[in-house]
Amino acid sequence: MLLNQFLLLSAVLFAIGVYGVLARRNGVLVLMSIELILNAVNINLVSFAAFREAVPGEVFALFVVAVAAAEVGVGLAMVLLLYRNRRNIDLTEIDLMRG
Amino acid sequence: MGGLFVLAASAAGSLPLGVTESGNWFLRNAWLIPLLPALSFVGILFFGKRLPRGGSELGIAALGIALLLSVCTGLAWMSHRDDYHGHETHLSVVAVDHDGHAADPGVHQVHGEPSVAVTNTVTWFQAGGVEFTAGTLVDGPAVMMLFMVTLVSLLIHVYSTDYVAGDRRYTHFFAFLSLFSASMLLLVVSENTLQLLVAWELVGVCSFVLIGHWWEERDNSDAALKAFLTNRVGDMGLIVGVTILFFAVGAARPDTFGSFSIVETNALASSGMLPHTTLLIAACCLMAAVMSKSGQFFLHTWLPDAMAGPTPVSALIHAATMVVAGVFMIARLYGVFFEGLSIAGTSINLMALVGGFTTLVGACLAFVQRDIKKVLAYSTISQLGYMVMALGVGAWTAAMFHLFTHAFFKACLFLGSGSVSHAVHSFDMKSDMGGLRREMPHTYRTFMIGSIALAGLPPLAGFWSKDEILAGTGGWGLLGGTGGNGAYTLMLVMGMVTAALTAAYMTRCVYLTFFGEFRGHGQPHESGPRITVPLWILAGLALVAGFANLPKGFQLVPESLQERFGHYVEPVAGYFPQVTHATPSWSLAMVSTLVVLAGAGLSGHYYFVRVTRASKAAGRSLTELPNGPTTRLAVARLGHTLLANKYYLDHLYTGIVAGGTKGPVARFAYRTNQEVLDRAVDGVGRTALAAGRVVYHQIDQKVVDGFINGTGQVSTDSGEKLRRIQSGKVQNYAAILFAAATVLAGLLIVFV
Repeated sequence: MLLNQFLLLSAVLFAIGVYGVLARRNGVLVLMSIELILNAVNINLVSFAAFREAVPGEVFALFVVAVAAAEVGVGLAMVLLLYRNRRNIDLTEIDLMRG
Repeated sequence: MGGLFVLAASAAGSLPLGVTESGNWFLRNAWLIPLLPALSFVGILFFGKRLPRGGSELGIAALGIALLLSVCTGLAWMSHRDDYHGHETHLSVVAVDHDGHAADPGVHQVHGEPSVAVTNTVTWFQAGGVEFTAGTLVDGPAVMMLFMVTLVSLLIHVYSTDYVAGDRRYTHFFAFLSLFSASMLLLVVSENTLQLLVAWELVGVCSFVLIGHWWEERDNSDAALKAFLTNRVGDMGLIVGVTILFFAVGAARPDTFGSFSIVETNALASSGMLPHTTLLIAACCLMAAVMSKSGQFFLHTWLPDAMAGPTPVSALIHAATMVVAGVFMIARLYGVFFEGLSIAGTSINLMALVGGFTTLVGACLAFVQRDIKKVLAYSTISQLGYMVMALGVGAWTAAMFHLFTHAFFKACLFLGSGSVSHAVHSFDMKSDMGGLRREMPHTYRTFMIGSIALAGLPPLAGFWSKDEILAGTGGWGLLGGTGGNGAYTLMLVMGMVTAALTAAYMTRCVYLTFFGEFRGHGQPHESGPRITVPLWILAGLALVAGFANLPKGFQLVPESLQERFGHYVEPVAGYFPQVTHATPSWSLAMVSTLVVLAGAGLSGHYYFVRVTRASKAAGRSLTELPNGPTTRLAVARLGHTLLANKYYLDHLYTGIVAGGTKGPVARFAYRTNQEVLDRAVDGVGRTALAAGRVVYHQIDQKVVDGFINGTGQVSTDSGEKLRRIQSGKVQNYAAILFAAATVLAGLLIVFV
């Protein structure tokens, strides 16, 4: 297998993730898209680690997984609070910080 | 510390120190003894007010356990002293002496059966590659002090529960008694001079706090300040002396540039490996510390004023324990003093002179006091002088023995005076006391025992220790000298005169307090058991403590009972100088006893015969003859005035030293202020005003304000435009972020 294939997969995932983050209006789906981006990064890290036979890349990927879990925990809690307060999780309608 | 020492038999360039790190559990863990009262201090501070007895029970419990530990440590030390045959620690040294000659570290031979002290150290901190340690040094003097301090402190704790009962700062009082005990115990087990310095300052702080216990009265807080400031003078000497010794030791060691270790300092000083000049300077600096802490002439003036504190404090801190810290410090660093002041083989030196002079002037001052505590305070100064004098003439054991016995009888006397004042609500012997022997039998008897012990009549404690000091001067020529380190005949005479004076002023004190008719108001009554029981215990010790060190060759007891104190307390080790012991003399003992009797007899004749007769004639209780020598003789009147004004030392310090410098300095400062500074300030002000106007109109209004306003305008405008970007929608921000990332990635690809 070539490294290219993994990088391509990762790039596709990343692009889907970015699209999701920018285009979806549902907060939960935005969070899931962020997970896609992070996992694209993970694939990059792991594939380069395997290719170069360097363990730190895999270790780093593990850290990313752990941090992602924490991040999604916080994110979901925020979405939950939003829903409780506004009965709505449409991100385009949340613009309290508008200047 | 371990790595710094070479554990080997005496190799070339290694100095036997006379200490070991192994030993009985109690000897290695003496640090527990100061720790207990320290814990009780913290406990009383935090929980004292919630406890049923206001925290005093914590202090008493801590001191009780500490006393138990001290007794066990003492017993362990006795068997260690007799049976220890293990190795001792050696110190590697630079094998050249200060003249550049090859030195023989083994030159300091120990005579007699050696004692090996037990150390236990931990690293305190490291700085600049030097390891600073903290730890315990347990040997004879430390063990003796541990026992004495814990015992006296415990008794005074018990006494205080009655004496300060109902006081508004009862808990606070016991907290600081505990802290004081902890600091004093830390001081006596200190392994190095840095730790000693810390403990030294801590006892000073406790002394300050406790003298000022009733600080609402101005006199008391003044006395506390005076004590603290006078002690600062000496503390400076201690710091300088300790620093000198630190570097002096470093110069003699190959592996480090300094050490605070007491045993190393002493061992190097005793073996002649430190330059004599250095030792002399260090000893003089340390003497300043002794003079302030142990109330030696001319820094003694704080000690009588310190009697403003509660009586238990006076007994514990300003008579039995803290004020002997100076004496103990000399005893601890005796190698430095012995070599530095050349105690062996001379007939006068700084320490002996200071001590001898103090003992005389203190005793004289005790005659003119009306306040019973001040009599005892001056007596304490006098007796401390005795101890310093003894150390000055090389009678180390005699000095420590006198310290030991003095603690008991002086604490007994102070607590007795407290008991009396408790009954009559005053300390004034002349106006509020008299005839108390009927109303206060226990206090009277214990006070009498204490007085006789202080005066030094056989067989009470003071006699034995005082007589050893007199013999130790080596100045007794009749029927052959007594040996010792030199012929200190002057010190012998000073000691003899003081013995007579002591007996005389104590006779006066006892007469004014307990004999004649009661001159105060109300009905005095005996104090409760918490006061009388400690009194009796201390009186009992004042009776028997002297037998701890019966002189060598005292034919009335078997040899195994002679010089027990000296055997167990005096170190025979590398860290202790080679003192020559004086031989006791029957003739000297008899003469000194006769001198004491003569002093007591003269004073007794004056008070018990002539004043009593005059009282009967006058029909009221007199305190002195209506036409005594001070009214008839000009010389006596002059002497009395001099004494009543305390040799004008306070006037000298506050009036001439402080006032003399204060006036000219103040005048000079005022003139400088008016003519130089004020003019300069005025000129600067006027110039500044003119400059200010120009600056305001030209620069501030036009340049600065224009700039500021311009900046503001730009900010407003740009903000107005930029606010559109801040939509508040998270996805717009994400879009900008990703766009920027794309641009950056593009740049990366194109340019890198």
